[in-house]
Amino acid sequence: MVPLSWYILLSAVMFSIGVFGFLSRRNLILIFLSLELMLNSVNISLVAFSHYLQSMRGQILVFFIITVAAAEAAIGLAILIAFYRNNPTIKVDEINLMKG
Amino acid sequence: MSTPQLFFAYFAVMMTGLSLMVVTRKNPVHSVLYMLILFAHIAALYLFLNAEFLAAIQIIIYAGAILVLFLFVIMMLNLRKEETEKRFQKQWPLGIGIGVVLAVFLIMIVGKIAVIAPLGPYSIDAVRSDGHIMTVGKVLYSEFLLPFEIASLILLVAVVGAVVLAKRKIE
Repeated sequence: MVPLSWYILLSAVMFSIGVFGFLSRRNLILIFLSLELMLNSVNISLVAFSHYLQSMRGQILVFFIITVAAAEAAIGLAILIAFYRNNPTIKVDEINLMKG
Repeated sequence: MSTPQLFFAYFAVMMTGLSLMVVTRKNPVHSVLYMLILFAHIAALYLFLNAEFLAAIQIIIYAGAILVLFLFVIMMLNLRKEETEKRFQKQWPLGIGIGVVLAVFLIMIVGKIAVIAPLGPYSIDAVRSDGHIMTVGKVLYSEFLLPFEIASLILLVAVVGAVVLAKRKIE
């Protein structure tokens, strides 16, 4: 039997890698991908807790997280395309229109 | 180590390595393809946790819809020039620092976790007798009916918002 803490450890490590990618990458698409990585690591821990507590609520929550992640990806990439049309770059350190 | 533990160890090592590959590749298409393999591994882990429906959802929605959306956007934008430039922002050591501190912090907390909540009614045998999809459906359409309706509203907003944002000119 695999202990619950192993799943939580895996989830924590994946979440930290996602945070690193979110803070460090220049490409906006990669930042969105890091966001998906963080959401997935949280999903793993929720499903693990759901299994070990013999409850369904964690899995239902994962269902809603996947819904919100799909909506977030669609909206984020639409904003990205709308921005790229006016200003052909997706490097976050060159996106400084509002910088004063 | 027993067989399930070996199985889990393989998945843990692979998923950590694949996550690192996703955030460090220079070409965004390579990152997305590594993410695809990562999602397949996550789906297998869900099967291991007796969540068959979520494993199917993970493959269909994440790998089938979201990653394809990412690939479409990468193809629509002309990113040839960006591949030759540096991939990290200038504050990337700070990013590594925050990531490592967060990981150490979370790992220290995990050692202290003691789950003492009472066990729910959905043991493996109970889920197996009804089937996983039926069990999830019963909970989703009774206890979580209102959040389910709100999720449909969120998807509607996403559809309309994506069309409005990506449209060239709105009359």
